[in-house]
Amino acid sequence: MPRDVHAQLSAVTRVYPGAGNQPPVEALGPVDLELGKGEFFAVVGPSGCGKSTFLDVLAGLQTPSSGTVTFEGKPVRGEVPEGIGVVFQEDASFPWLTVWDNAAFGLRRNGVREAEVERRVDDALAFMGLKDFARAYPAQLSGGMRQRVCIARTLVLQPRLILLDEPFGALDAQTRLLMGDEVLRLWRNTGATVLLITHALDEAAMLADRVGAMSARPGRFIEIIETGWPNQRDSSIVSQAAFGEITGRLWELLRGESMKALGHQAISAAR
Amino acid sequence: MTASRRITDTLIVFAVMLATWQILHQIAGATALPAPLPTMKYLVHMLPTARFAENALATLEAFTLALALAYAIGLAIGVWMGAHRLSGAVGEPILVVVYSLPKITLYPVVLLIFGLGISGKVVFGAMHGILPVALLTMGAIRAIPPVYLRSAQSLQLSPLQTVMTVLLPAALPEVFTGLRIGFTVTLLGVLLGEMFASKLGLGSMIMADMSLAQSEDMVTVAIVLFAFASIANAVLLWIEGKLYRKT
Amino acid sequence: MTRVGLIRIAVIAAAVGALELACRLGFIRHQVIIPPSEMAEALYGLLAAGTINADIVRTLGVIGIVIVVSIVLGFAVGLVIHALPRVRQALDPFFATYYAVPIFIFYPVLIAIFGLSPMPIVLIGVATAVVAMIIATLNGLDRVPRVLTKVARVHRLGAFATAVRLQLPAAAPYLFTGVKLSVSYGFIAVIAAEFILSPAGLGRDISDAYTDFNNRRMYALILFLLLIATVVNSVLHVLDVRFAARRTGGRA
Repeated sequence: MPRDVHAQLSAVTRVYPGAGNQPPVEALGPVDLELGKGEFFAVVGPSGCGKSTFLDVLAGLQTPSSGTVTFEGKPVRGEVPEGIGVVFQEDASFPWLTVWDNAAFGLRRNGVREAEVERRVDDALAFMGLKDFARAYPAQLSGGMRQRVCIARTLVLQPRLILLDEPFGALDAQTRLLMGDEVLRLWRNTGATVLLITHALDEAAMLADRVGAMSARPGRFIEIIETGWPNQRDSSIVSQAAFGEITGRLWELLRGESMKALGHQAISAAR
Repeated sequence: MTASRRITDTLIVFAVMLATWQILHQIAGATALPAPLPTMKYLVHMLPTARFAENALATLEAFTLALALAYAIGLAIGVWMGAHRLSGAVGEPILVVVYSLPKITLYPVVLLIFGLGISGKVVFGAMHGILPVALLTMGAIRAIPPVYLRSAQSLQLSPLQTVMTVLLPAALPEVFTGLRIGFTVTLLGVLLGEMFASKLGLGSMIMADMSLAQSEDMVTVAIVLFAFASIANAVLLWIEGKLYRKT
Repeated sequence: MTRVGLIRIAVIAAAVGALELACRLGFIRHQVIIPPSEMAEALYGLLAAGTINADIVRTLGVIGIVIVVSIVLGFAVGLVIHALPRVRQALDPFFATYYAVPIFIFYPVLIAIFGLSPMPIVLIGVATAVVAMIIATLNGLDRVPRVLTKVARVHRLGAFATAVRLQLPAAAPYLFTGVKLSVSYGFIAVIAAEFILSPAGLGRDISDAYTDFNNRRMYALILFLLLIATVVNSVLHVLDVRFAARRTGGRA
């Protein structure tokens, strides 16, 4: 179904200046993409292709070297716009705060009333299954639970666009599948637009409405596949034939790119 | 950041330090703080004198003995506490706290026991050096992964072979760090001892200079000691780096 | 109290007890070491009479000033250097060798410049302690995970808020190690200075008692200084361990 455009990238490139005598690195682009409001979009590609740079540019954490980025009609330039939430790959939970205080972190700053803060944090923690651990410190939790703390911290701000940068990369396979269901639940409940970066083809194929296959560096979208899944989906769709086809198609697109990426890595390791 | 730029930057820091010295000299006056250039000239004259040689040798003698004592006792304590879990657990906090205490408070006791000769300085210097050697050796031995011992066992190595070919190479880098730090604090201990109660040695030479208002001599001796300590430390660091790279 | 803790107390008590016995039974001459019980008695007498109160205030006061100045100055300088990578690289060899040289040897030079006031003592104290704080600050700021600065931008925090709410707490364990070292070095440098040459202070008192062969007074003062230094350093050590445990818990 056609959606309103929520965020847009036009002819975006990102070039890193070379350090010392090295030549500049073309990390990304040119990229053109329109994100529909409320859709679930996944980006897959070989490592080092620029997926994280793509997310950074979309979120305003980095400025594109050329091209424009807009969010809700307004240009994104140099700072993260209100309404965008990001969950990073690395563990970003604050070890000196309890789970509860971690989740409340962004809210307290924005001058929200204490009663409202309490309500939102309690809701977010309950939603992420962390209610019993509210008084615990992140150091006492497993990796998966710490990521849930980070997600809770993003949720309380009620973002309209949620960016997830390989949030489950550090977790074991089974936990990842379960977290995938959680993300779908989150997406349906909040109605937010979700953009998920992952290297796992099956994860992308299972979760997203559309999957963008990104080439090796400099990252460009080779093809964007529509999965056609119904809204009320969960991990059980992996048993459907379409799932295998989509995953197969993604690998078809990315196999060559992955080999190229490996070549890049061998060269930069040798330097 | 190229190597040549790094060297010029360090030279700039040096130049700034020398300039600061010169400025402080202008403020404080020559009797209090001599200028850099006259000090360098004085250094050249002072080094071959009998007075300097006599004192320097006295300090060197005390320092060498203190260092040998600190290393021997420190290593023994460190190995024991590292290998014997309970002793290590009980003793470590004690060593850590003693390490942080102002040991000079005990110097009069050392002097009462060992007298005012070289023995007092040696014991006092050793007291300083034992602690870092013991603590770091203990840490090094504790840190040896148990799988090394299991591998040694599975290879049917004798206890001596295990120590020489597995434990020692594994523990050596950290033990050496302890020896390096021990070097520094033992030197400080010996000098402190000389400054407080001694008629011979570079430490007491500085104190004598101060009471006779011979600032040039005083600053020059300090510079000689700094140079000695820096060079020794640089050499030890270089060796230490080689040891760490091999593991 | 854990089993290990109990054994530790027992070991210390046994050592003190052995010393007491050796002194009382004459194995150790009274002119060399007096029994610990006599030390405690002498100390109690001194404190009760209030004769050393002025010196206590002076010594602890100077140490306090040294510690505060070193921590504040060290942190500020560390912060500035951390923001200037080129300056930091240039100063690196300097920091690496700073604690390898006997800085204290400059104390007589300071006396020559400033005379017999508290000034040279404060200066040598700060000179000894401040670099430890600078190095600890640099370490701590290095160890702030990069992802935290990204989180700060996602939450749209300004530079000041990022520093205070994220970088400071993240660097805190390392900063605390710097505080611990500054306290320890401050104690050591000030008391050594008072011993070597000072018009007043507890170090000077002990030195005088030694030259006057007044063993009772000397040991009482030594006991006092060692007790204070032990208590302060032990408390900081325990806090340091607790800090570290809460932070790193099960983290790799």
